[in-house]
Amino acid sequence: MTENAKPKLTAKERMQIQRHHMIEQDPDVRNKNFTEVNLGYTAEMAKQEALRCIQCPKPTCIQGCPVNIDIKGFITQVAEGDFLGAVKTIKQDNALPAICGRVCPQEEQCEAACVVGKKNDPVAIGNLERFVADYERETGKVELPQVAASTGKKIAVVGSGPAGLSCAKDLIQLGHQVTVFEALHELGGVLIYGIPEFRLPKTIVKQEIDGLKKMGVVFKTDAVVGRTITVDELLNEEGFNAVFIGVGAGLPWFLNIPGENLIGVYSANEFLTRVNLMKAYNFPDYDSPILDCKGKNVAVFGGGNTAMDSVRTALRLGAKNAYIVYRRSDKEMPARVEEVKHAREEGVQFMMLTNPVKFEGDENGWLQSMTCLKMELGAPDDSGRRRPVPVEGSDFKVDLDIAVVAIGNGSNPLINQTTPEIEVNKWGNIIADNETMATSKKGVFAGGDIVTGGATVILAMGAGRVAAKSIHEYVMNNAQ
Amino acid sequence: MYKIVEARFLAVNIKLFEIEAPQIAKKRQAGQFVIIRLDEHGERIPLTIADSDWQKGTITIIVQGIGKTTRALNNKEKDDTILDVVGPLGTPSHIEKFGTVVSIGGGVGTAIAYPTAVALKKTGNYVITINGARSKDLVILEEEMKSVSDEAYVTTDDGSYGFHGFVTQKLQELIDSGKKIDFVLAIGPIPMMKAVAEVTRPYSIKTVVSLNPIMVDGTGMCGGCRVIVDGKSQFACVDGPEFDAHLVDFKNLSDRNKMYSRHEQNSLQRYEHECNLLKKANELP
Repeated sequence: MTENAKPKLTAKERMQIQRHHMIEQDPDVRNKNFTEVNLGYTAEMAKQEALRCIQCPKPTCIQGCPVNIDIKGFITQVAEGDFLGAVKTIKQDNALPAICGRVCPQEEQCEAACVVGKKNDPVAIGNLERFVADYERETGKVELPQVAASTGKKIAVVGSGPAGLSCAKDLIQLGHQVTVFEALHELGGVLIYGIPEFRLPKTIVKQEIDGLKKMGVVFKTDAVVGRTITVDELLNEEGFNAVFIGVGAGLPWFLNIPGENLIGVYSANEFLTRVNLMKAYNFPDYDSPILDCKGKNVAVFGGGNTAMDSVRTALRLGAKNAYIVYRRSDKEMPARVEEVKHAREEGVQFMMLTNPVKFEGDENGWLQSMTCLKMELGAPDDSGRRRPVPVEGSDFKVDLDIAVVAIGNGSNPLINQTTPEIEVNKWGNIIADNETMATSKKGVFAGGDIVTGGATVILAMGAGRVAAKSIHEYVMNNAQ
Repeated sequence: MYKIVEARFLAVNIKLFEIEAPQIAKKRQAGQFVIIRLDEHGERIPLTIADSDWQKGTITIIVQGIGKTTRALNNKEKDDTILDVVGPLGTPSHIEKFGTVVSIGGGVGTAIAYPTAVALKKTGNYVITINGARSKDLVILEEEMKSVSDEAYVTTDDGSYGFHGFVTQKLQELIDSGKKIDFVLAIGPIPMMKAVAEVTRPYSIKTVVSLNPIMVDGTGMCGGCRVIVDGKSQFACVDGPEFDAHLVDFKNLSDRNKMYSRHEQNSLQRYEHECNLLKKANELP
């Protein structure tokens, strides 16, 4: 124990400490800027929060974490003021804690399993993870992990999103040569083009990628696997011993209602890419435009994190009315609780149990309004959520200038068009073994959204790590 | 960074570039395109690959300077670089032995029609090309088109060269002459492609057009390039860019391509103003 460590508290005393909320930008200020909403903990807040952990002999929070971080261990270190030790503990299981601390749905994972949470608010595990990762980065004490002696094996990682980055990190540490292929001109996948700056500052993503570069990972941008080069060419001509596919689920779904191709109807992917990747909010300093949201009515369809990101982006671009249109109720929304809370505080209007049935436009093809139906919840459907059914005669019209469809993504067909031996299911998702992430093609592994369909950053990272482990075994035992 | 190894104007405001991009050159098939980004602040724009040389490792693009990005590109010279060139994107042209085919290029669209005409010729088709332009000084690739044609026609709107009239008039003339046409490929401005589709529709001649909607990533991720074909949304970047002309909703495409007109004007004005200032600065003693 360090000198200034707190004396041992009883569980009862620990339970009496109230959960610490991160310092945030004021809603009326932040809904006009793109800088991060959460400003984080101070060191003292972090230590106090860590003291709320009652040190369960069998910590259930660890089971709640998709990558089983030693949560109890790192929180103990935080309470002792050993922040760098804590981040080291996390990094044994999670390559990118500064990112996961910000974007993981903790309330459904570790914090849902926290015993303190049964009586009180759970320990703010995510906030603590974020704090120690930021502390390490801001104090400039990021230690690069050791890299094992070269194995002489070459591995191609397709996609530089969360799955690809975590897979690349483990493989380089194991002594393999790793090359990451990215279709876009910038690295990071959804962390760059999808998740906005106000939720995940891009400098954090860039720093993580710089770390990988220093460890020896080679990155190739402008490389569309399936077009520029195929998986077979990587294996047979470029001398890679194995390939990991982590390309994400990049083919946006639309609502399939009349008027969807009117000017002003965007997919969330396009809306967010124009803003985040192409920096359209800086037009004309940056060349990519986006339709002007200033003083306009903007509706976003969907109830997930991407919908929240889109609607909050619209507010920041000056929308007069920014709506979430969701066909189920609050309870069913898949977004992180914090994102919904932040969106409400910032002035987003929620139109719940509402389903759009058509878009109307003018003679030049510009969106003018939408017609919606009110819904009510019926019996549970396949997803276990109550199925929304339309209320007859409840249709109503809303003036609209911009619509953003954020109802999920199908799987991108580019790889299986050119490598049909990689088996996919009826939705086009690559079929990978649960334990090894191996696909039906020898030497090819896959993980993340391309396997599961749209999911979370942490699940993709977890899949990338599992794949790295089995790729290591594969290349050391099988590959020539 | 992708190096420009050759740059020359083919006509007023229309410039040919050969760019070093060995992987794309090796892979590229007729009908495919690249997306380029000029610099850190640049937008991503699609440009069809007119030709490639896998031995030299180069691809050829032909660019008409219309907006800021294409004007800025056309100000580039040999040995300059382009920050990003990604491809080859899109589904290649469907090539088979149709019999008699007419390949129509309007304006800079000729640069896109040309590689497919080459492929159609190689497959043993009887190739007729119609190379349309507003006037003589805007005619491009005349020799190249001729070299792959069994019959080659040039049309100009003002009659300053070749056939006086639109490409559709020439096409109608061919049909009226009793020639059995099995396949038409038309690439050019939207009104031209639409007009060609209307000429061939009554005769049920299979007609394909290459569409040029606004794109961002070019890999199916953004859906910005969706076009309506046979009443359904299709992504031009992965399902196209070539589609059955008789099923395309040209009005929707034309509307959607005007989506950012105001932005584009603003951007271009700024760019030209900066160019002028630079020119004046350079003229200072």
